[in-house]
Amino acid sequence: MTYKAGSGHPGGSLSSADIMAVLYFDIMRHDPKEPKWEKRDRFFLSKGHACPVLYAALAESGYFPKKHLATFRQLNSILQGHPHRLKTPGIEMSSGSLGQGLSIAAGTALGLKMDGNRSKIFCLMGDGELQEGQIWEAAMAAGHFKLNNLIGIVDYNNLQIDGPVEKVMGLAPLADKWRAFRWNVIEVDGHDISRIKSAFIKAGQSKTKPTVIIARTIKGKGISFMENQAGWHGKAPNKEEYEMAMQELNG
Amino acid sequence: MIMKNNFLAKITELNSMEQQPTRFGYADALLELGTREKRVVVLDADLSKSTLTSRFAEKYPKRFFDIGIAEQNMLGMAGGLSLTGKIPFVTTYGVFLAGRAWDQIRTSICYADLNVKLAGAHGGLSVGPDGATHQALEEISIMRVLPNMKVIVPCDTRQARLATLAAAQMSGPVYIRLGREPIPVLTTQKTPFNVGKAQIMKPGRDVTIIACGLMVYLSLLAAQKLTKEGISCEVINLHTIKPIDRKALIASAKKTGAVITAEEHQLAGGMGSAVAEVLAQECPVPMEMVGVRDTFGESGQPWELMKKYHLMDGDIAKAVKRAVQRKK
Ligand SMILES: Cc1ncc(C[n+]2csc(CCOP(=O)(O)OP(=O)(O)O)c2C)c(N)n1
Ligand SMILES: [Mg+2]
Repeated sequence: MTYKAGSGHPGGSLSSADIMAVLYFDIMRHDPKEPKWEKRDRFFLSKGHACPVLYAALAESGYFPKKHLATFRQLNSILQGHPHRLKTPGIEMSSGSLGQGLSIAAGTALGLKMDGNRSKIFCLMGDGELQEGQIWEAAMAAGHFKLNNLIGIVDYNNLQIDGPVEKVMGLAPLADKWRAFRWNVIEVDGHDISRIKSAFIKAGQSKTKPTVIIARTIKGKGISFMENQAGWHGKAPNKEEYEMAMQELNG
Repeated sequence: MIMKNNFLAKITELNSMEQQPTRFGYADALLELGTREKRVVVLDADLSKSTLTSRFAEKYPKRFFDIGIAEQNMLGMAGGLSLTGKIPFVTTYGVFLAGRAWDQIRTSICYADLNVKLAGAHGGLSVGPDGATHQALEEISIMRVLPNMKVIVPCDTRQARLATLAAAQMSGPVYIRLGREPIPVLTTQKTPFNVGKAQIMKPGRDVTIIACGLMVYLSLLAAQKLTKEGISCEVINLHTIKPIDRKALIASAKKTGAVITAEEHQLAGGMGSAVAEVLAQECPVPMEMVGVRDTFGESGQPWELMKKYHLMDGDIAKAVKRAVQRKK
């Protein structure tokens, strides 16, 4: 997708790919034929730049034909450079300005609870994104309102644009921070499919608190020359790199 | 729309007018909506006693959420609530609502076109002694520049009530500016209110005064005095700044050939600018603008500030005379 577009964000898309696969194909109750089904679980991509992985999951699920994936970031495409709810079937919310998604997810969780709707609300955040103050405003509110139907996921790849997260603006101890905001915390290897799955199942059973899954991941996962490279945050591969990458993924 | 006689209260000097803050009308409307429209929920950021959302909170505690002093999160949560079919009314001081959470309003509310209503209390200089940090003088500009947003500045408490009720019926984001201080009640029980339709409060021949909020009263007062000097002013209440009533503005400018705008707001990008954008393209006429001139406010009593920043009826009258002079 990013190769065809000539721009986009491969690194953070690949680090979330296993999480997204589990969510869309194992965990979430959703119906691509009825994207507005009231009882569906909701997914919010707070780190909007990782939309290639979300578009891939939506296309694979059948929300729209896969041929659209080749139009990503191009004029008149339904696939904008960052998610837009008014353009793409299956996208719950527009995002792209970091730090806003957890508030949206918390508001949705609150509204669904008011209605006695038992759907679950998932929100994927980047670790660099957690530097935004609004995330912690939302974390505080979700703990306060006891939004046990809300499940946050942190893609803890320890990279942001300017380098390692711990070097740019450290987050550690991250699990303690969430606990202090009255959240359950589950730490998991973000590339171990069965562990991710059990983390989601456990998170779904919370009675009084929201849950955050801190998923340790590798930015650029699956493509050797992209792995753990800050430089692959927001850059598209050239032809040669693309072919190498596809070989590795298919290999 | 030309107001009939029984649509406008008798305009007299300030101390003999019935007065009420526009936030009262907002609070009344929320109470009405509480019973009538179950989807309405109200959010505040620790200012519910000043914004008067506390009245709704008392009566409908399950549909009121104090989000704490966290405006950015409040806007996002309102967006999320709207995604579940609720109609959230988000309320706090205008400076903190429009300014502090502007990017949230832009991306999460306007770009996504969510059904969230914003009520910016304590707009203009009316918050007085709190000083410049609390005096919202920029919200009209920074809200009207956002696609999908509608901007309403009611001229009195009755209109604030009607605007709030109307906002609940409309789809998409709406910003309503409210004030802290009591201001004259100009409209009557019978005065209609239609979003996007400017109201001709007083017809006239020589010059058009276009105003919003408290400035509508001061414009009517100025017009009364100018009648005695032989200048006939048309006074328009431009309560909806976006979408703007192009037709009404152009028709009036064509008729009188001169326009004054009056607002309790920065001139840059405000209501007057919005009028100028229309008239400069469609019907350029001599224009004078009354408003705050690229400066912050300060502490003081609201009416002292109105005088100091040249926002009084006398200032409007002077602007009218300048415009009439330029017509010749
Ligand atoms: C408010 C805001 N500031 C800056 C950016 C530009 N930006 C896009 S991605 C990014 C880094 C994100 O890092 P992280 O959250 O760790 O994402 P990931 O590593 O998962 O890609 C930045 C600074 C933005 N999109 N929004
Ligand atoms: Mg990261």
